[in-house]
Amino acid sequence: MPAAGVVMIIAVLLIVLALVYYLVSTIVALQRITNALDDAITGVVGIIEKSAPVDEVVTSINTNLDAGVDLLEGLLVKKAGLSDAMGLVDGLYPGAAAQGLRNFPDSKTTKAPRISEVYTKGTLTLARLGREAPIAAASPNGPALRNPAYGSTAARALYPEVRQSRPSSMPRSPIIGADSPVQYVPSESPGVRKRMPMAAGVTAAPAQGQEQAEGGAVKSRLAFLRRSTSDDR
Amino acid sequence: MTLEWIGDAILLLVVLPVVVYLLRGVLSAANSIVPSVRQIAAAATAGSKDLDATALLLTTQDQVQKTIEVAADYGGSLDVILDDAR
Repeated sequence: MPAAGVVMIIAVLLIVLALVYYLVSTIVALQRITNALDDAITGVVGIIEKSAPVDEVVTSINTNLDAGVDLLEGLLVKKAGLSDAMGLVDGLYPGAAAQGLRNFPDSKTTKAPRISEVYTKGTLTLARLGREAPIAAASPNGPALRNPAYGSTAARALYPEVRQSRPSSMPRSPIIGADSPVQYVPSESPGVRKRMPMAAGVTAAPAQGQEQAEGGAVKSRLAFLRRSTSDDR
Repeated sequence: MTLEWIGDAILLLVVLPVVVYLLRGVLSAANSIVPSVRQIAAAATAGSKDLDATALLLTTQDQVQKTIEVAADYGGSLDVILDDAR
């Protein structure tokens, strides 16, 4: 055989070997791709199956929530009026009044009163609940009863006129302590004292205290009130 | 004889390198697809696992329906006991 034929055979063998090596490697790689694609398809099928009822369920949830929004918006506007309703919404969620109510297009242009700065939470509800509520009885349509800068003192005006404007007319709180001007004896049973309190240094007959204790709580309270009144004077 | 040698030279110096080059390109392309496909499979599996909570939507649906019903009951009561705005 001529040398050129041998070389040709060797060249063809080399080409075939190269073809076999690379094609087998490619086949192996494609098999790995196929296996991975099988896994991917399994996952995608799971996603499709699990997400199939989502549309129906979410649509149902949205329908119910829409009904709830319609109900609550309608009730709020019906009971509080559009202006106060927007004030309440803006008081609870600052800035929400600008978005307006979904079923009331006019609510976006309604000027919301600053209810959260004027009334404490629930006060307007009290006013709506009954005309006997303090704020409604005093001034349901008048000026603001609560000053936001001095809310704690202004809020007292919402309640009956006892202490707010005439604190000096109320009896002072008793001074307690070992060296207080009036000494109190601890009671063994609620409402009954061994003896009435007296000024420090003043001695009283024990029999009198016992007599008062036996006389009942009514006498003790009357005596205490008389003493308190005389102390205030 | 000379033509045979020329043919041998072409086989060894041209055809064999071209074949090797082309097959190597195919192999590298196939190998480069493998990690991408594995990532896709992992993502699909993770996505399918994340959707396991989808069944809870049925509970959410029932809860929302009950909540709206309760709100409607309260709303009806409030509508009765509260005065309307003037």
